[in-house]
Amino acid sequence: MENKIESYGSSLVSHMRRLLFRVLSVGPIPNHIAFILDGNRRYAKKRNLGEGMGHRVGFLTLTSLMKYCYELGVKYVTVYAFSIDNFKRRPEEVQDLMDLMLEKIEGLLKEESIVNQFGVRVYFIGNLRLLNAPVREAAEKVMKATANNNKSILLICVAYTSTDEITHAAQEAIEEKRGEIPESSEASMAQNGEISQEKHEGHRTIKLADIERHIYMGVAPDPDILVRTSGETRLSNFLLWQSSTCLLYSPKALWPEIGLRHLVWAVLNFQRVHPYLEKRRKQV
Amino acid sequence: MAFLVNSCVKVGFVFGAVSPTTLSLQAEQDALRFPFPCPLTMCCSESIARDGRRETFFANELSLVKAVQIQETLPGGLKPELLPNHIAIILDGNRRWANERGFKELLPNHRNGGRVIKEIVFLCCKWRIKVVSIFAFSTENWVRPKQVDALMSLFEEVMQNDLQEFMGYNVQISFIGDKSKLPKSLQELIATVENSTRGNMGLHLMIAINYGGRYDVMQASRSIASKVKDGSLQVEDINETLFEKELETNCAEFPNPDLLIRTSGEQRISNFYLWQLAYTEVFFSVKKLPDFEEEDFIEVLISFQKRERRYGGN
Repeated sequence: MENKIESYGSSLVSHMRRLLFRVLSVGPIPNHIAFILDGNRRYAKKRNLGEGMGHRVGFLTLTSLMKYCYELGVKYVTVYAFSIDNFKRRPEEVQDLMDLMLEKIEGLLKEESIVNQFGVRVYFIGNLRLLNAPVREAAEKVMKATANNNKSILLICVAYTSTDEITHAAQEAIEEKRGEIPESSEASMAQNGEISQEKHEGHRTIKLADIERHIYMGVAPDPDILVRTSGETRLSNFLLWQSSTCLLYSPKALWPEIGLRHLVWAVLNFQRVHPYLEKRRKQV
Repeated sequence: MAFLVNSCVKVGFVFGAVSPTTLSLQAEQDALRFPFPCPLTMCCSESIARDGRRETFFANELSLVKAVQIQETLPGGLKPELLPNHIAIILDGNRRWANERGFKELLPNHRNGGRVIKEIVFLCCKWRIKVVSIFAFSTENWVRPKQVDALMSLFEEVMQNDLQEFMGYNVQISFIGDKSKLPKSLQELIATVENSTRGNMGLHLMIAINYGGRYDVMQASRSIASKVKDGSLQVEDINETLFEKELETNCAEFPNPDLLIRTSGEQRISNFYLWQLAYTEVFFSVKKLPDFEEEDFIEVLISFQKRERRYGGN
């Protein structure tokens, strides 16, 4: 009997949520939302949970938020799961996080996971060589297994910092430009003299498109909203290149405390500034 | 009168009546007021340096006295050791403020905003903030031609009229951004201002004109690419430290802002700094720029002091 009440209850909640999303959809819906999952450890301390439990609860919150985003019609969701700076933490904590990541990444391949439920393609973004072999292999396996999904995209940033991403992209772009004009064509230029010096230099100068071609996050458009929980308002080396015009939202709730109301508030704020930003984008 | 007192202090030191601490404090105050060091102070400083033990003792005493002095000028609630080294400000809300009041003229509106900025800069001088950067004009602002003309006139006006005042506060001024696209007269003025203020040792004011975060990363990449082409650098040697040195903000002692303030309530970066904002604390003030006063600035600094900066670690 209790189970029946519970199932009716959750079905009602689910219907009300879908109704709310229909109302929100009257205005523009963000295409891409990024999350900085901050506050797991503070949550665990606040609730007197064991060490490492904060992150487990955080993972459950992540699956709920993903569900809400995909139901709302947000195509891209990015999460800052593990920064290169986080390697500075205590080795035991880093190991626990790696073990948790391995467990959850392998869980994504299961039949009943959210990935299959919503047809999500998963990307792991970052300097994956910094991860240990089991985690890296599991990540590559998931990327391969979900490569044909195209309804929604999930980008998980691990071993990631924006400055590392930009340096890597610049390095690749420079390497590419260096290899571009072979020596034989330089000799023919000297004979021909028709190709102007300016054009030659222009061809070799690095352009915006060259950097964007090599940037890890190039598989997704720039985020429309960047949410950082726990009330801290800083980017912590996340999506610096991509977040120049996106709305920054920093609710005071810790990551495991974040809920539907925060997502709705972020979307309403996005809808308020969207017309102005679209106009600016077209002008530029 | 101040000159007379100043000279008495220096003469007093020569005859042993005035301690090196007092003299050094006087020299500090001189540095705030006069752009060129006084020869007498330089001689006295040398005699302090000759006695190593006395120097260390008095250097410690001096920092303590300096801290006390700064504490005395700071409003309540602010601690000198927790103040940011570099504050960046996005100047937003001028036009909206003017539209709300029905003002149509662009130049007077921006002059209003300019006045607020000057007040903030001089407050930062008083409180010994080391670097202040302001986002005066973005690479994306060219799409508003009337505003462009008004802003260019304002920049020229400020630089011509207010340079002496900045010199009096010992402010060093640098301009970051793609200056090649600016009017020739403005470029010449920029060069003059940079040269005149180069030797100043007080606050370093960086003014971002025709600047964008992506532009800065692009120019750094191009600079590195040309070094690779010349053979002075290998591709494998490119790392984050090297990249950071190529950014235009590298001219400052503290290139990365500790605190970014944006007025008018909009919650976005709008392509101001990019790389430099990796660990910056961001503060969005709801006040529009012309309404942003000293007490709002103090509120921002108090909020900054309460923040726990972990840099990804424990």
